[in-house]
Amino acid sequence: MELLDYAFMQRALLAAVLVGVTAPAVGIHLVQRRQALMGDGIGHVAMTGVGLGFLLGASPVWMATLLSVVGAVLMELIRWYGRTRGDIALAMLFYGGMAGGVMFINLAPGGSNANLTSYLFGSLSTVAPSDVTAICLLAAFVVLVTLGLHRQLFAVGQDEEFARVTGLPVRALNLLTAVTAAVTVTVAMRVVGLLLVSALMVVPVAAAQQLGRSFAATLAISVAIGVGVTLGGTVTSYYQDVPPGATIVLLTIAAFIALTALAAPLARRRARALAAARPDGDPPECAIPATRAADGAAGA
Amino acid sequence: MDNPGTAAEGPVVALRGVRADLGPRPVLRGIDLTVRRGEVVALLGANGSGKSTTVRAVIGQVPVTAGEIELFGTPRRAFRDWARVGYVPQRTTAAGGVTATVTETVASGRLSRTRFGLFRKADHAAVRRALDLVGMADRAKDSVHALSGGQHQRVLIARALAAEPELLIMDEPMAGVDLASQRVLARTLEEQVAAGTTVLVVLHELGALEPLIDRAVVLRDGRVVHDGPPPKAVGQHAQPGHDHVHPHDDAAGAGPIRTGLGLLS
Repeated sequence: MELLDYAFMQRALLAAVLVGVTAPAVGIHLVQRRQALMGDGIGHVAMTGVGLGFLLGASPVWMATLLSVVGAVLMELIRWYGRTRGDIALAMLFYGGMAGGVMFINLAPGGSNANLTSYLFGSLSTVAPSDVTAICLLAAFVVLVTLGLHRQLFAVGQDEEFARVTGLPVRALNLLTAVTAAVTVTVAMRVVGLLLVSALMVVPVAAAQQLGRSFAATLAISVAIGVGVTLGGTVTSYYQDVPPGATIVLLTIAAFIALTALAAPLARRRARALAAARPDGDPPECAIPATRAADGAAGA
Repeated sequence: MDNPGTAAEGPVVALRGVRADLGPRPVLRGIDLTVRRGEVVALLGANGSGKSTTVRAVIGQVPVTAGEIELFGTPRRAFRDWARVGYVPQRTTAAGGVTATVTETVASGRLSRTRFGLFRKADHAAVRRALDLVGMADRAKDSVHALSGGQHQRVLIARALAAEPELLIMDEPMAGVDLASQRVLARTLEEQVAAGTTVLVVLHELGALEPLIDRAVVLRDGRVVHDGPPPKAVGQHAQPGHDHVHPHDDAAGAGPIRTGLGLLS
């Protein structure tokens, strides 16, 4: 394990683990709300933050956090108020965010689009010690929110109207989800990159869904997949000299395909076991002739 | 429409002159409705008559343009004690993009009784009890996506019961529910009513719940056209869209009322 001798690799691997945990932990709530592409939108807005960081000489990570939180809150407000023209408003927000990033970084002294590339697609060597501090703090926030409020976030995601009638502060929880997603984007920005982060929020969850029957199990499996692919991708990227973000995303998709192929025979076995344990099931609603009933029970 | 004894007994649900619009279209045109403690009231009416909008206004999911709504004597806007209300939405499909178990779904209904969502022993026990009540305890660990329409509806009712509410508000709980589940649901409700739960239920037809209903309120075009004993609609006449008037055997003096449900007397 010579790669652990390098300080930059230690930082990259730590950041990778934190991304692997936080991205699916937030992503599962986005997938449950059918807002799977929210992370992608936030990533676009975060580019303005990176550009502003360069321009103002501030930390790009913290500026990106600030801008993506603002962008996420705006997206949530657009969802509330902009029923009919919401998609147009979102499009302007996303592409405005991307254009802003390119503009600011080119205005920065000595800045060019080349500086942006490591933020867009991820890079191992550029995870600075100060970035690690920021990433740890932000990841701690994400874990606290997603673990501490998992029942509330689940209830809102599953049935918003019912959640309101149980007295939950649904708007506040939706805003918190958006802010947490924004924070996760900036956690993942250095390793996976802004344009690829959304894949790590969505694909591990989709892969885990092939196996998990419960929300809790799906969350646990997706975090395991997340950590597996971020660590595997980072190590591969070091040895093969390939970009980490792309490696991680392709590994995630490979995991999804493998689990999907595995899931079909598994589901069949489970169904057979269930049928064996509960041969009669719910009582039939009408009398079925004896011979037919026997056939029906075998087929069901 | 008279609502005798409105204030004296402290109604659980009270609507006075409630109006609501959906877009430019007025849906409720002055609804008066009172549900007293322990009563089982059915809201009936044809599609588009405003019955679902009425209950959704009661729980604050439809903005009201005029009139007053009170829950347990508190104006709805100031009402915070949501653990006293169990709501069963009109739903035929499982919600959510991620699979969840029956227990996880029902546990959501218990949140209103917890502090910061922390479950104690009593909360887990309440969730198990709610599952027992609807006869779904043996499916507790199954995914809700794997359930039939009737079983899913039983889960939604268990979710409402998990908070041990004093008032149950249900929006077409029998829609798309097989007969076996209908019987289970009717028995569950009977036990709840016997234990003192108040029920406001939107129905397309009285069906399996008929013996439980104390009073029927019939809406048409956003107005109350009948408030009294449940109509004795039978057979074809219980079907929606049946809109003709003919003499009825047990007419109790009052003239027949035309509704989307057939004859009411």
